[in-house]
Amino acid sequence: MRNTFAETLYRSSRDRDDVYVVVADISPAGPMAAFSAERPQRFINVGVAEQCMIGIAAGLALKGCRPFCYTIATFALYRPFEMIRDDLCYQRLPVTVVGIGGGVVYSTLGGTHYAQEDVAVASAVPGMQILAPCDPAECADATRWCVAENAGPLYLRLGKAGEPTLTADAEPWAFGRIRYLARGTDVVIFTYGIIARLAVAVAERLRARGLSVSIVSVHTLKPLDRPGIVDALKRHAHAVVIEEHGPYGGLTPQVKALAWDAAARTRIDAFTLQDAFIHNYGSHDDLLAAHGLSADRIVEVVTGPAMAAGGS
Amino acid sequence: MSAAERCRRFRRRILDISQRVPALHIGAAFSCMEIVDAIYHELMRRDAGGGSPDTFLMSKGHGCLAQYVNLEALGVLRSADLDAYCTPAGRLGVHPDYGNPGIEASTGSLGHGLPIAAGMAIANRGRGTDGLIYVVLSDGELQEGSTWEALMMASSLGLTNLVAFVDNNDFQSLGRTSATHPSFYPLVEKLQAFGWEAVHVDGHDSAAIVRAVRARSGAAPFVAVARTTKGKGVSFMESVPIWHYRSPSAAEYAQAIAELERSS
Repeated sequence: MRNTFAETLYRSSRDRDDVYVVVADISPAGPMAAFSAERPQRFINVGVAEQCMIGIAAGLALKGCRPFCYTIATFALYRPFEMIRDDLCYQRLPVTVVGIGGGVVYSTLGGTHYAQEDVAVASAVPGMQILAPCDPAECADATRWCVAENAGPLYLRLGKAGEPTLTADAEPWAFGRIRYLARGTDVVIFTYGIIARLAVAVAERLRARGLSVSIVSVHTLKPLDRPGIVDALKRHAHAVVIEEHGPYGGLTPQVKALAWDAAARTRIDAFTLQDAFIHNYGSHDDLLAAHGLSADRIVEVVTGPAMAAGGS
Repeated sequence: MSAAERCRRFRRRILDISQRVPALHIGAAFSCMEIVDAIYHELMRRDAGGGSPDTFLMSKGHGCLAQYVNLEALGVLRSADLDAYCTPAGRLGVHPDYGNPGIEASTGSLGHGLPIAAGMAIANRGRGTDGLIYVVLSDGELQEGSTWEALMMASSLGLTNLVAFVDNNDFQSLGRTSATHPSFYPLVEKLQAFGWEAVHVDGHDSAAIVRAVRARSGAAPFVAVARTTKGKGVSFMESVPIWHYRSPSAAEYAQAIAELERSS
């Protein structure tokens, strides 16, 4: 995904002199090296100085440029949070903050590198937009939109590398609109980001049990496609949320609130990271499973009896 | 009009405003009055329409009354804007808000202005324009790590179109910096070690401020550490920390105005 981002950014900004890349000592290899070699004046490595990264991007944007900031998600969003709030959001500047390794995909690096509350943090700031593509193709769509269309502050939550393609048969991507990767009638799975591959695996197992399953990529988390989600809730008796994020401030509470507001009678089973730091190491799947995000557990809960209200 | 007369009128204008709203940062504004005046009235170039290729950033946003009165004098802000300062009828608050006339960036939280100024300087250089970025920093905000990140980056990138002032009044909210943070000094040497052309200047000597900037080599980003007196111009405000926040009573206002009149 990170190479797709870099390749797309490199290609789609080829004819523009207003796209700057501001990195904090972390940069994708390959296409970004070509960007920096061809446009050295527009590739700035601030070093290990994330506050300066955001501030410089704000200054560039105030002078009419379209900067992309890039580093590991936790460093991109948490360290310079007040710069993101005041410099980017308060001033409504078209700056894309790219967080690589959103969620817990850096699964051997420890809790300092796990972005498990980034959507909540970014969502809380007025004017912030959030994109979390589920596969490299969606990442390319999102990146092209950020280069050509974006008019405000945006957090682009990316995975790492080697993600499978999940959207080959999906409808076209559109900013701010949920996207069906598959359409069914019994169960709808809402997901976003690279954990979508787990949603696809769950859907396959549910289909093997005779259920007709929709999979929805909620790639735009803010502004959220509320009508689209309500429509999906009303079309399915059973909804499942699978997200690589803590239980507060992510997609799950919003789906539940929308269901309540719309008086949807949909059963909702939600699967999130727990509200706890992770001290485990291993594969990405190992970490997700440690917080109950495995196909086995999700299928077991979804095919079991509805949970009592307030249960978990 | 002389710089001294302009600054005297600016201080009086701020004192007048102080009688209508309870909280403003008089001490911080009076401290940098000659600096801000020199930038707006002497250093920034003006085209026929009153615009400028140069940019001014008030990184010490709490001192922005000094900026507002300059913008009023230049006709960028209307007097009605300042008359409605901090009221629902107006659009000007205690800290500069991007989108208001003449305000190039929202500041107020310290340590934001220099990184933004560096980004603007990069953009100007990238476009091949010769506009300079002027930025006024408080000395207190040199305690913010983000300021030092930007100091290191600006010189590393050779941003010679950046001109900074440090309003070195040696006071912050809780007291005298040299007493609470003696390691804060020496300043000029620190800034030089970070690759800047750094000089001392008397921050209340308008001619010296202009001379210092015009005499810079242009080989590195430039910073003048301006020795100033917080609350400069009103005896009972000078170097008294409470005047960071306080507004004068009617009697104090009258005394302050009398002192300013005597100084003309």
